Amino acid sequence: MSDEVKLLDFWGSPFAARVRIALAEKGVSYELQAEDIFGGKSDLLLTSNPIYEKVPVLLHDGKPVVESTNIVYYIDETWSTQGPQLLPACSYGRARARFWADFIDKKVFDTGCNIWKGQGEELELAKKEFIDILKKLDGALGDKDYYGGDKFGFLDVLLIALSSWFLAYEKYGGFTIEEESPKIAAWMKRCSERASVVKGLPDSQQVCELVGTIRKMHGLE
Amino acid sequence: MSDEVILLDVYASMFGMRVRIALAEKGVEYEYREEDLGNKSPFLLQMNPVYKKIPVLIHNGNPICESLLILEYIDEVWKDNKSPPLLPSDAYHRATARFWADFVDKKVFDLGRRLWTRKGEEQEAAKKEFIDALKLLEGELGNKPYLGGDKFGYLDVALVAYYSWFYAYEKCGNFSIEEHCPKLVAWAKRCMKKESVAKSLADPIKVYEFTLMLKKKYGLE
Repeated sequence: MSDEVKLLDFWGSPFAARVRIALAEKGVSYELQAEDIFGGKSDLLLTSNPIYEKVPVLLHDGKPVVESTNIVYYIDETWSTQGPQLLPACSYGRARARFWADFIDKKVFDTGCNIWKGQGEELELAKKEFIDILKKLDGALGDKDYYGGDKFGFLDVLLIALSSWFLAYEKYGGFTIEEESPKIAAWMKRCSERASVVKGLPDSQQVCELVGTIRKMHGLE
Repeated sequence: MSDEVILLDVYASMFGMRVRIALAEKGVEYEYREEDLGNKSPFLLQMNPVYKKIPVLIHNGNPICESLLILEYIDEVWKDNKSPPLLPSDAYHRATARFWADFVDKKVFDLGRRLWTRKGEEQEAAKKEFIDALKLLEGELGNKPYLGGDKFGYLDVALVAYYSWFYAYEKCGNFSIEEHCPKLVAWAKRCMKKESVAKSLADPIKVYEFTLMLKKKYGLE
């Protein structure tokens, strides 16, 4: 099988970053197609993700897989004998991992958006909510080096990608991750030393500038 | 080893119904415990401290939360049982099934809820979007007997639970779902011929009465 893999991508998308990291973990070669999500999405993007019209989209031998968490499951299952196993081996461990993945997906990015989009009371509420979320994630990590236990795994991929936007949340929210959860800050540093993360994560400073641009577009500064 | 399986649930919950169907498909014996959402049991709060919601499946003391994740767990753990797997066997079709199940939860639930809780223009807008969402699912069904293809599967379980709420949506919204989506209603009736579905779905009249009770309680009349 030829295994033609293409990723419809946007450099600043933390969701696309998840896919880049997962593909790097598995050592899968792929073609990156950068999408201009503000200027004009490609026909390929619009036809392969007609319902949401968003990146990332993974095209494997022409077949589209959408929604980043879904894509990471797909990568782990399809290239199961390549690279590390991202999901735990046992059913209960997998159920726990999926639960926290779902929690992360429901809460982290949207609450973060409310921080950099918000003002006054809204901003304070969003900040409080985000810190609450951090505390829950801190608890879920426990004393482990990674969410995957001894090894970098599925949840680590999902969350470290989103952490590329944390600097922006800190800037507009007026708090630091280090202060609110030194454990998560340490975990972030540990993960960022991994080759797949170095390769796949957008630069936090550049993301901050991107957020500044988006704020201007929304008339927020 | 004898499995201890407990399900914390609420009769009219479409999320709970999904789990009931899956357990019935696998022939798993379990203890059903009805929760009072106005007065949640300490056990529920202990088993689902993050969301405090039903359904929760407790397998030998280990809690699994979020209905779609419970379906995956049930399918993995009781995979040697007499019935075929719920999830497709290949990764691509699994990704597609998960995508659509996520779509059901993102769209159908929220739009349905807006349908029975709002009035006037808001309700009309929700009704239109609701029908659009069901039509997309009808498109996904195509000419197949089930969303899972030839066999009843994960996505069928995910969506058919909502069929018990169709009557309530129709009464509150003053429209007929069958008129707009005849193929989907035909699919639902086909699923209802399965014993696991027929015995797990709540009585639509009771569901409608449940919505009336909630509307009164929250002053939504």
